[in-house]
Amino acid sequence: MGSIAYIARRLLYGVILLAGVLVLNFFLIHAAPGDPAETIAGVMGGATAKMLAEIRTSYGLDKPLVTQLVIYLEHIAHGDLGMSYYFNQPVMELIAARVGPTILLVLAAQVFAITSGVAMGVFAARKPSGPLSAFIAVLSTIGYAAPVFWTGIMLVILFASIWPIFPVDGMTSARFTGGYFAYVGDVLYHLVLPAFTLAIIFLAQYSRLSRASMIDVLGADYVRTARAKGLSESKVVFKHALRNALLPIITVAGIQFGNLISGALLVESVFNWPGMGRLAFDSVLRRDYPTLLGILFFAALMVVVANLLTDLSYRFADPRIRTGGR
Amino acid sequence: MSVAEPAVRSRVIEGASPLREAWIAYRLNKPALFGTLLLIAIVAFVIYGTFFFKGDPYEIVWAPQTPPGTEASVPFGTDYLGRDILRGLLKGGGPTLAVGAAAAIITLVIGISLGGVAGFFGGWIDDFLMRVAEFFQVLPALLFAMVVITLFSPSTLTTAIAIGIVLWPQTARLTRAEFLKIRELEYVTAARSIGARNWRIMWKVILPNALPPLIVSATLTVGVAILFQAGLSFLGLDDPNTMSWGLMIGTNRQYILDAWWPVTLPGIAIFLTVFAVSLIGDGLNDAFNPKLRER
Repeated sequence: MGSIAYIARRLLYGVILLAGVLVLNFFLIHAAPGDPAETIAGVMGGATAKMLAEIRTSYGLDKPLVTQLVIYLEHIAHGDLGMSYYFNQPVMELIAARVGPTILLVLAAQVFAITSGVAMGVFAARKPSGPLSAFIAVLSTIGYAAPVFWTGIMLVILFASIWPIFPVDGMTSARFTGGYFAYVGDVLYHLVLPAFTLAIIFLAQYSRLSRASMIDVLGADYVRTARAKGLSESKVVFKHALRNALLPIITVAGIQFGNLISGALLVESVFNWPGMGRLAFDSVLRRDYPTLLGILFFAALMVVVANLLTDLSYRFADPRIRTGGR
Repeated sequence: MSVAEPAVRSRVIEGASPLREAWIAYRLNKPALFGTLLLIAIVAFVIYGTFFFKGDPYEIVWAPQTPPGTEASVPFGTDYLGRDILRGLLKGGGPTLAVGAAAAIITLVIGISLGGVAGFFGGWIDDFLMRVAEFFQVLPALLFAMVVITLFSPSTLTTAIAIGIVLWPQTARLTRAEFLKIRELEYVTAARSIGARNWRIMWKVILPNALPPLIVSATLTVGVAILFQAGLSFLGLDDPNTMSWGLMIGTNRQYILDAWWPVTLPGIAIFLTVFAVSLIGDGLNDAFNPKLRER
């Protein structure tokens, strides 16, 4: 199968998945106890009788369920995710303002976790019972067992009162002056701790995985051949072995994207990072369902896009998939 | 523990029934034994707190933010309102562990039944169920659980169900893979040839043989479910009238710069619990897998 046909098929599949999320959203609203109009307006949103009547007409709540579903999907196809009665703003605008910081946080954590996880795994694999291997074992235990929001709070305590070198609150300094580059620098400076906190969980997994995968690959015949040819150790490790050891990492990194977003929700809440997690938290407290369901949709969209990119990078990293077919 | 048998001392496990072999291997695994003891200690602490300890964790007993070790009546200190941290830990463990266990059971029931059906029947049923699993994996689990809990009033049961709904696909995939592998083996054919029905073959013949990896995954699921419960109650989504370790962290987090202990101690409790569970899971994994046993 050609690459283009393959990508097209994956794209179509992603669209179907997202449509599924919307249908699920719709049924969740209807399965929730109480009047759907009130659910849409948000129970605590202080919707007036007039608003409720407007919602009933605009969503056709007096019509059969299937018609309602079609109307709901039409709304969304026009970019209308509903209105947040708490924030008094269309949900689309609310989310659009907060998608950027979340993507920034998630990508920074992912990139940091993959690069340092793989680096640690590679070096640990060369001495499977050395100190770095032991460190990875400890790290993966912490990464698995410590609640991420708690790790974040511990870092806040450390960097706010004991060793104040990194900011622990928000995305920019309160009284910020300076040009564009200074602004970017300021954001990156604020990004350090949240991204690091989020990365710890995944750093643990990637380092463990790449250590195991490198140990495996370093024992393979072609690595022995490469060594026998007299190649330098760094060429053997980085050019011959690492490329093959990376494949499982890419797979796992793709699968982890949903968990990364889940983790980001908690980390954003700890560090007051102004992303979708904060918004989700605020809308949960106010029972602002349209916003919450909109966030769920956008988060699913991010996961679908990430899976698509993983697939593509997999094809890029492994020529067998590109040329051989399956 | 008897380590007198020479077979055990030489770390070569002699032929015995598979379960007994696994148990011998598990017993030799020091981290796993440590995890088991740690978990027993935690469960004993929690059982004591839930059933025998009569104090009210919401009661204000001493000056707010008393550091641990400074006042004999509140050895672990007090929180921002002056509530006893030790009481909170004693009373908060029950809901944390109960939700973790209940969520794990729900996850396993959904995961094993759907995964088993998919793996056993194959064909379009398999395709369909795996697409459903994939669909649930696209939804970020915590966010979906947040939505479910918000829509259906927060209670301990809702939390457990929400966690179960988001965690089942992994168990389902694992069960499916095991069923796919085992259904081709001779003893399944033998069972079929003596006229066993599908239902019987699935749950009486295949499932017992698929159990080892499922037990390992169940253990790890308990850990994940506890972390999930903690995360949800940290966000204030669990029932606020039920004390839990996550809730303690959530309610005290605003005051962390004045007092570290009300947040740190419950966090350590969660960490130790999940840590113990993961050691047990790793130990079971090694014990069930003869290839990984030390020889």
